[in-house]
Amino acid sequence: MENLNLFIRSIFIDNMIFAYFLGMCSYLAVSKNVKTAFGLGVAVSFVLMIALPVTWCIDEYLLKPGALSWLGEEYASADLSFLGLIMFIAVIAALVQILEMVIEKYSPSLYNSLGIFLPLIAVNCAILGAVLFMQQREFGNPWTATVYGVGSGIGWLLAIVCLAAIRERLDFSNVPKPLQGIGITFIITGLMGIAFMSFLGIKL
Amino acid sequence: MKNNKALLPLLNPISKDNPVIVQILGICSALAVTAKMEPAIVMAISVTAVVAFSNVIISLIRKTIPSSIRIIVQLVVVAALVVIVDQVLKAYNYEVSKALSVFIGLIITNCIIMGRLEAFAMTNNPWDSFLDGIGSGIGYGVILIIVSFFRELFGSGTLMGYQVVPQSWYDAGYSNNGLMILPPMALIVVGCIIWVHRSGNKNIQE
Repeated sequence: MENLNLFIRSIFIDNMIFAYFLGMCSYLAVSKNVKTAFGLGVAVSFVLMIALPVTWCIDEYLLKPGALSWLGEEYASADLSFLGLIMFIAVIAALVQILEMVIEKYSPSLYNSLGIFLPLIAVNCAILGAVLFMQQREFGNPWTATVYGVGSGIGWLLAIVCLAAIRERLDFSNVPKPLQGIGITFIITGLMGIAFMSFLGIKL
Repeated sequence: MKNNKALLPLLNPISKDNPVIVQILGICSALAVTAKMEPAIVMAISVTAVVAFSNVIISLIRKTIPSSIRIIVQLVVVAALVVIVDQVLKAYNYEVSKALSVFIGLIITNCIIMGRLEAFAMTNNPWDSFLDGIGSGIGYGVILIIVSFFRELFGSGTLMGYQVVPQSWYDAGYSNNGLMILPPMALIVVGCIIWVHRSGNKNIQE
């Protein structure tokens, strides 16, 4: 039950885009049509789903103060938490690399449609952000972390597909010249963010 | 004239080639830390330091990096610099470091840094790269400071933590606009900045 609450919270209330502005760069760049937006959203959710439990284990068994005590008494006082950022980014980069090779082997059509965006997931702030939030919130076990990862991924997917759908329609509207393109996209994202804030009152 | 040319990498990113509102890089952190001015300024300084020094380091070793693994090399250099910034902030300004929470770590994935490394440092000498890094950092900082100025002034009636809106206004019925504190307003403020900026620079309109 608690996991279900966390899942719904991470999709709607703690939405990566509207509450924390994470993954904004690719969000703005890839949201020109619904199809690519959906593909990228799925890829991001997938990376999040794997990255969170893996980094949770690294944090728990290698980095936290006292995490190395399973190696023996003399390591119990070791605190490697300052290595967190480097370890996490390396894990994410490696995961994205593996994912890229797997997709290329088993589904060349998906690989071609994602193109350059696949390697760029490594520098998508939503992934590293979710990892850092997970570390900050001190989840008790890898399952909770996985649920949080999948939820954040789906929230991101939802946001990018919504924006892409609006932008497809935007081509036909009469926007002031200086505001066209990226300016109006910012304002629309802001308005969507305000709409998403109505979920804030929900207590789970 | 010659002087001007040497300083181009420094001056270009401040307005004409601004990383945030023209190149649309580094949006994530630009929006999340701008509810108050103080964290915004600390963030701007941290990003400037990281982008300048990572530009220099990458530029120094650019000829020895094999292109197939350059992303990982760049990430490691940036991550190491960010760890240093993070530890310095924790030691000397713990309050702000708490307020910025995960966003210091997220400097690693700030697209400004990767963007400048890829687009500039990989092909230019260290001194130009350094200037470019400082310029990009300042361009980013200017936007952060403008956005946080409006959000803090209208949202909390303070600037840098000092009360600016006089008490008599509140007594007369003025109240802070709570909407400005909320994250979505940052997007709308940036949207308006882009609007104003592009009305003056016709050549970058879409």
